[in-house]
Amino acid sequence: MILARVIGSVVATQKNDRYASARIMICQPITPEGEETGATLLALDAVDAGVGDTVLVVQEGWSASVVATGRAGAAIDSAIVGVVDRIDLLSQEQTL
Amino acid sequence: MQLARVIGTVVATQKNEALEGRKLLVIQTLDADLRPQGRPLVALDAVGAGIGELVFWCRGKEASFPFEREDTPTDCTIVGIVDSPAHVVKGKRK
Repeated sequence: MILARVIGSVVATQKNDRYASARIMICQPITPEGEETGATLLALDAVDAGVGDTVLVVQEGWSASVVATGRAGAAIDSAIVGVVDRIDLLSQEQTL
Repeated sequence: MQLARVIGTVVATQKNEALEGRKLLVIQTLDADLRPQGRPLVALDAVGAGIGELVFWCRGKEASFPFEREDTPTDCTIVGIVDSPAHVVKGKRK
């Protein structure tokens, strides 16, 4: 899973049937320290996340489609599975 | 599978119900020389790993196999704890 910040959402009327009633969120990957890193991506919301939330995004098709639609086999590769409350990190010296 | 160091913990109250009671850890993937490689990820723990430990993790659909495989949404799971950095040996042992 990656850490990301929800920065927006996408509305699409004409879409694959399995996306019906799904919330499509624009996510910006971040480091554990909160800095932006890498390209933005779209993920289906399965936990009622909102803009500004730090979230956990799972990037694996089976998991994403089960979480977001209740069953496997949808054309979905990313889903938000959790809203992060806090992250505790080792300090730099402890890491070495 | 790749080596990684557990560098932190994540608390998330609002999450998928299959993740209830599961430990979420921040990991930094390492190369064979135990140098950081790529950006940190959040992994589900399947072996009782803790902060600071050297571990290895599994990616993809297979990452959910240690749990209720059909329901657990994870693409990154810690599946082993390396005994010590000295137990990561490059090259052939005689």
